[in-house]
Amino acid sequence: MTTFHVPTLAQMTAEGKAPEVLFWVGCAGSFDDRAKKITKAMAKILHHTGISFAVLGAEEGCTGDPAKRAGNEFLFQMQAMMNIQVLNGYEVKHIVTTCPHCFNTLKNEYPELGGNYHVEHHSQFLNRLLKEGRLKIEGGSFKGKKITFHDPCYLGRANDEYEAPRALLEKLDVSLKEMRRCKQNGLCCGAGGSQMFKEAEKGTAEINHVRADEAMDTGAEIVVAGCPFCNTMLTDGVKNREKEDQVQVLDLAEMIALAEDL
Amino acid sequence: MSYLPNILFIVALATASVLFAKKVGRIRKNIGLGKDVDRSDRSRDRLQNMLRVAFGQSKMQARPVAGALHFIVYVSFLIINIEVLEIVVDGILGTHRAFAPFLGKAYAPIISAFEVLAVLTVIAVLVFWWRRNVSKLDRFHKPEMKGWAFTDANNILYIELVLMFAFLNMNALEANFADAHHSFLISQYIAPLWSGASEWGLHFGERLFWWLHILGIFAFLNYLPYSKHFHIILAFPNTYYANLEAKGRFENNAAVTKEVALMMDPSADPFAAPAPEADAPIERFGAKDANDLSWANLLNAYTCTECGRCTSECPANMTGKKLSPRKIMMDTRDRIEEIGVNIAHNGTFVDDGKSLLGDFITNEELWACTSCNACVQACPIDIDPLNIIMKLRNFATMEESSAPGALNAMMTNVENNGAPWPFNQMDRANWINE
Repeated sequence: MTTFHVPTLAQMTAEGKAPEVLFWVGCAGSFDDRAKKITKAMAKILHHTGISFAVLGAEEGCTGDPAKRAGNEFLFQMQAMMNIQVLNGYEVKHIVTTCPHCFNTLKNEYPELGGNYHVEHHSQFLNRLLKEGRLKIEGGSFKGKKITFHDPCYLGRANDEYEAPRALLEKLDVSLKEMRRCKQNGLCCGAGGSQMFKEAEKGTAEINHVRADEAMDTGAEIVVAGCPFCNTMLTDGVKNREKEDQVQVLDLAEMIALAEDL
Repeated sequence: MSYLPNILFIVALATASVLFAKKVGRIRKNIGLGKDVDRSDRSRDRLQNMLRVAFGQSKMQARPVAGALHFIVYVSFLIINIEVLEIVVDGILGTHRAFAPFLGKAYAPIISAFEVLAVLTVIAVLVFWWRRNVSKLDRFHKPEMKGWAFTDANNILYIELVLMFAFLNMNALEANFADAHHSFLISQYIAPLWSGASEWGLHFGERLFWWLHILGIFAFLNYLPYSKHFHIILAFPNTYYANLEAKGRFENNAAVTKEVALMMDPSADPFAAPAPEADAPIERFGAKDANDLSWANLLNAYTCTECGRCTSECPANMTGKKLSPRKIMMDTRDRIEEIGVNIAHNGTFVDDGKSLLGDFITNEELWACTSCNACVQACPIDIDPLNIIMKLRNFATMEESSAPGALNAMMTNVENNGAPWPFNQMDRANWINE
């Protein structure tokens, strides 16, 4: 249970207030037990910085990303139109989200349908706060720890953001070991394009196992992800090698929340 | 009689040009079978992208060995074309080395530089041949590379070798002429091989290689449109018309937007007859066949040089799935060629019972894609296989309802409770109090 109040946008609006930023939690962040921890970490950071934020709660719905990638343009646009009506109704200007899929869809696919917002992935948002001096990060418990960062496809290649997550990690004083395939050449975790919700086609290996092996080959004690789906896939890959006692899979937000002892 | 070579040359030049223009015209027509997509915006950015990616080969260098070798062959192709221009002028006017008087002292160094490039090209081509045939690089030996695709790739290498061989020997023979005016950097060392020949033999041999070189180029020109090697031309328009948006931004289907707007409009009359559009073709959601794709997709298909960088970066392919982004492009090209021939024979397209999705690309391939954009990133000339995959998925899901069962369950969840899992939308904020 969070020790502080997380208002919904409806509550804030009823009080005649408007938040600086809307925290778009996403479906994984709302329902997946592992991803909920990322959501809470992000909420703690937001609270810690004193920024006024709100969530949509029950008024939030799937952005439509998995439907669109599964070919269902109709369902995608239905979801998009419903969300846009809600967001525009509240006159939302600025959105931050811990899910690169939500981030990509809100940022790139909503404008054409009438939803124009300033959308940031939490790595970009937190990096900006750092630069503006509104967030301070000390190395703390992660100082010198060997870690590696897995670029989520929908943050990296899809939106050309490779530096923001690395800038955050640098602030944590970790020792970042890049995988052979990183940044533009990063290997997918296997979840994108709606693969998260189905079995993989017949093949010789599972994509997430290959990727988790690549991550563990760096000798990293912590595999850092910036996406709840990558997180699940990589955690599964680590378990596949029975390395869950030695190797942790954490989100950027969790790293910061832990370092700051939030 | 003395004009015979000129006449023969002009006939050869005209024949090669006409045949090439005709074939290019057919390909242009085939690309035009695609649906319209607006790529007329941002001409400055487009030009820059073309200069950077096609002319400057920026994305080729992601793999330094192949990138460097390819750069040599590319530069030598561009520059040796100046020499080809001289040959054409000579051929038409019956002159010999028509540019020499104009370039004066600079002529020998220039031709010598061409010769150096020719030697470097031979080395690069031999390394390419080795990688393909001896060290058998994995990406050159995927299932789609059997048969013509493999032969074609080697043909190109052989043609390049023959052309360079003819060019160097032509100069080497001339160096032995009794009244030799020219001696060039590389061919002077080949010259002794021919020194035993009679004066007549030298002149005959020089002409033979001259003709072999230029007829080889004419043949090469006409081979191009049947080959993966057509990329040397299409890479330029393809990068110009490339998608410049963020790779994560997938097109929104405007036809669907209309339907959704109608559904969300409480005052819309559900029984109203749609406004009649005379002879409007029945629109299909997504793509079933190659001509349901956009012209940009089809241009991509004709531009593909089958290097397989996309496939070697594809997470599905590297874990043994059937999906290969290169095959998506090759299938698209094969199918639009087939449709083009069908139309040419019948005047209009006559149903042949086949389609891109089903007969060329299987569902198993289609549904293995993670939409990670690795193939799009990897392509040295900005081809986008993912865009085709998504259009095929649109058709499979919206027209055929043939998406995998698990995805249908996911979509039902999104429809019913706004999340891909069966959780109640009212519980979305439960994490706050857990």
